[in-house]
Amino acid sequence: MLNQLTISELAARLARREVSAREATQACLDQIARVDGQLHAFISHDPADALAQADAADQLRAGGGAAGRPLLGVPVAVKDVLAVKNQPLNCGSKILGKYVSPYDATAVEKLKAAGAIVFGRLNMDEFAMGSSTENSAFGVTRNPWDPTRIPGGSSGGSAAAVAADECLAALGSDTGGSIRQPAALCGCVGLKPTYGRISRYGLVAFASSLDQIGPFTKDVYDAATLLGVLSGHDPRDATSLPQPVPDYAAALTGNIQGLKLGLPKEYLIGGLDPEVKAAVDAAVKKFTELGAEIVEISLPHTDYAVATYYIIATAEASANLARFDGIRYGARVEGDNPIELYARTRGAGFGPEVKRRIILGTYVLSSGYYDAYYLRAQKVRTLIRNDFLAAFQTVDAIVTPTTPTAAFKVGEKSDDPLQMYLSDIFTISCNLAGICGLSVPCGFTRSPKLPLGLQLLGPPFGEATLLRLAHAYEQGTPWHKEKAPL
Amino acid sequence: MASVEIRVKDVALLARIALTPDEEAKLGAQLGQVLGYIEKLRELDVSQVEPTAHAVPLVNITRADEIRPSLPHEDALRNAPKQAGGLFIVPQIVE
Repeated sequence: MLNQLTISELAARLARREVSAREATQACLDQIARVDGQLHAFISHDPADALAQADAADQLRAGGGAAGRPLLGVPVAVKDVLAVKNQPLNCGSKILGKYVSPYDATAVEKLKAAGAIVFGRLNMDEFAMGSSTENSAFGVTRNPWDPTRIPGGSSGGSAAAVAADECLAALGSDTGGSIRQPAALCGCVGLKPTYGRISRYGLVAFASSLDQIGPFTKDVYDAATLLGVLSGHDPRDATSLPQPVPDYAAALTGNIQGLKLGLPKEYLIGGLDPEVKAAVDAAVKKFTELGAEIVEISLPHTDYAVATYYIIATAEASANLARFDGIRYGARVEGDNPIELYARTRGAGFGPEVKRRIILGTYVLSSGYYDAYYLRAQKVRTLIRNDFLAAFQTVDAIVTPTTPTAAFKVGEKSDDPLQMYLSDIFTISCNLAGICGLSVPCGFTRSPKLPLGLQLLGPPFGEATLLRLAHAYEQGTPWHKEKAPL
Repeated sequence: MASVEIRVKDVALLARIALTPDEEAKLGAQLGQVLGYIEKLRELDVSQVEPTAHAVPLVNITRADEIRPSLPHEDALRNAPKQAGGLFIVPQIVE
């Protein structure tokens, strides 16, 4: 089944003309028709457009146009937070109404330039605010390993679609763990690059100093391929960084001899599920067998990360989401004056979690509270960042669980925002520090059988080392070969 | 963990979000709990710490001051809830 292949496997078969892009795309569409009624990973998709792109890719290849297009004919689906020209964009919200993007995000432009078939709108927590994909105005996405459970969030649609073989790979975005956490809970590879590595142009902003785009893939090699395609400076995003883009796939040598891995003592906390701890312990043992050296390290301000995050992220969100006011785009509820129109539009258009965060963010920025909350949080952020930079003086990467537990049940935490926020405890610091992180499958719980993820964190621009470590581990373990029982 | 009182109605007005009385009550309780949790940042002495301005330092990003094509007018307007004559229609602001 072509939809079950990795990017590298499909690309090889396309290059040998054994299969066509149309066949691969049709296989994805068939899988969506078969399983997405149950999973709801996609908010929408346009089969005719996807097949037309596939035919164009096949024609291009027949005409000798494959050179320099590593993704020619590869179907890649996109989270509903990225602009794709002439496709709908809703951010999992009602407030954007019938919005259709007038332009491509830079990341999408790069996918298209590499030959990918960019299709579908993947479900997500509204405006990427959530850890379970239960906060979507378009309904809940379910975990392919157990449809009574959440797929993680906010990029739950991306993770579920890749895990269920509805596409070859997907894009998501990560503000506090929204790529790594769902990747862990659905059993795929998820990479959050260094802040500034991938342009955010065309990514609807949630918290601008924390947001990054990244890939969901079926193995580490594909993550390296996509990172190479997506990375690089973009004059349209002033926060994108000019560092050259290395050949990430070339870093996957299998040799991790002598690399130093830090194990932060603060991450082995109460609340960590015993099966998660056992899986991480086994992964650490595997890394030593492969020749890496394990060093205990300390990240002393870990305990303050969630509180810091929920000040900074909500403050930035309250400013970024001010643009959804019913004037220039999306839905509108009329009022007698502009302020009434704004308030009614936003009251009707935003869901509960988005209202909660905008109001919290407005509060922490409001007159008299700025120093006590926002400024203090930005200072604690410096301490958290310094913890990591100090650790990376002695280690090449840090290893932690991605999540404290496997996927929880739909509805289990949806009425308790603080408990939901605390489920992001291992992923949040990475965004505050601006460093890179990835999640790679590291085993399963016994009963029910649910995937678990291992998180690797690296210094700014340390992606090549993370990918090398994750690839060596993956090649020495069976987890990534297991398929969800659909 | 102490809960912190927050006057949701006032903040919602600043945030331009109309709330029902039920939403106000629920949000007040939930945000009080979250703010109570956030109080833990007060445990730290940050008097000697600089705030993070940018996660990865960058300075003076500029570009050439050149005229370039922008989004076509009709594309910029096509998602507007109300438009006429190439303009967004808004409620009357000035008498």
